[in-house]
Amino acid sequence: MPPPRSGTARLGIDNPIANGYLLAVWSEGCAGVQDVVLAMLAKEPAHGYELRRRLRDALGPLGDTMNAGQIYVTLARLGKAGLVTSERADGLPDRPDRRVYALTPAGQQRVAGWLAEVSWPKPDLTEFHLKLVAAAAARLADPVALVDAQRREVLRRLRDTQLAALDRSVDPVAGLLLEGVVLRLRADLEWLEACERMWADRDRTGRKAQQA
Amino acid sequence: MTGSMALRARGLTKRYGSDNTLVRAVDEVDLDVPAGQTLAVMGPSGCGKSTLLHLLGGLQRPTGGQVWLAGDRIDTLSERALARLRRDRVGFVFQSFHLMDELTAVENVELAALLAGRSPGRARRRAMYLLDRVGLADRAAHLPSALSGGQRQRVAIARALSNEPLVVLADEPTGNLDSAATLEVLRLFAELHSAGQTLVVVTHDARIAAVADRVISMRDGAFADDSRFATTTGNVYDGRR
Repeated sequence: MPPPRSGTARLGIDNPIANGYLLAVWSEGCAGVQDVVLAMLAKEPAHGYELRRRLRDALGPLGDTMNAGQIYVTLARLGKAGLVTSERADGLPDRPDRRVYALTPAGQQRVAGWLAEVSWPKPDLTEFHLKLVAAAAARLADPVALVDAQRREVLRRLRDTQLAALDRSVDPVAGLLLEGVVLRLRADLEWLEACERMWADRDRTGRKAQQA
Repeated sequence: MTGSMALRARGLTKRYGSDNTLVRAVDEVDLDVPAGQTLAVMGPSGCGKSTLLHLLGGLQRPTGGQVWLAGDRIDTLSERALARLRRDRVGFVFQSFHLMDELTAVENVELAALLAGRSPGRARRRAMYLLDRVGLADRAAHLPSALSGGQRQRVAIARALSNEPLVVLADEPTGNLDSAATLEVLRLFAELHSAGQTLVVVTHDARIAAVADRVISMRDGAFADDSRFATTTGNVYDGRR
């Protein structure tokens, strides 16, 4: 199994339909991954491969390129932290995916805390906003052209995600995640439209001022 | 030469008002839509996309420029010829469905064929075939009021296909639909696309992009951006990055 590439889970970068919103959960070392793996064990103890299957089912098309290695790295960390225990299954080779994992009482407590928590991922628009401001101020690039390029990229992601959602074989629960990603991307497109209007108007006003 | 273009426009212009109140709804637009293409024209309200659709379908006359439908110039046609063209060669789909409330689903679908002079038997058979194609064969005898929004729009799409149009023109087809009904309409468009139907959709709903092989962004009556996508084959993991 190839090791995960530096710092980024395959689910984010290698999956053409994944995007920043999902990356947030899966960046290496992020507490979110640990919480997710713990919560997936809450129903009952499970083999590593069973755990992977539960995750893949819940993620639908977004889970297709999920990195198995990262789950076992996470399980090992959770074991060291005393949140899960694992034992070798009878008659099976001793490999991480063949071991049976279970929550410890501390693990159960952590899951309960995670469920009660109301954190919410923040899509970061500030960087792009500042890119436009800086490009316009220094006349480095046409902000409208930057918005256009960004819009093409967001549209491509939206298109790929919606296309995955059109597949009738997608489980309705996993489809809900796709719908959420599409809604977010539509909001991003609306914001980019507002950016476009503002910077196009500025451009026109600027040119008029120069002519006067 | 217009080649195999289903639609072609050169210098297409629609102005309203004059002098200080002059509005260029469509401003010298050039467009080529090859047969079989699904084109989405997107943009904020007021950008001129609906006017463009009306000009392409002969619902409005341009103030300037030319339009060809399958090689035939249409902007110079008489009112009568234009009405016949809209009835026989273009299929329209609207945001608010525009179904006849007092007619059943199948009667709505067969109406265009009857008006075009088809025999009642043939029109009915074609209408039933189309309702089956949009997944509503079992709703044929329902009035529109007994159908959901998504079902009404699918009836409207079946009606648009009634006379085997050269091109289907849709104006905000998902504008009045919830997300489940939008999925149904998108799937139907994808099927029409695979069947080779030429389709032009104007919308601010970016989800349409999922079934389009080309997306044009329109602003202030002109095209600001023109993106093409690899034609969809149902596999989203085909290496496009």
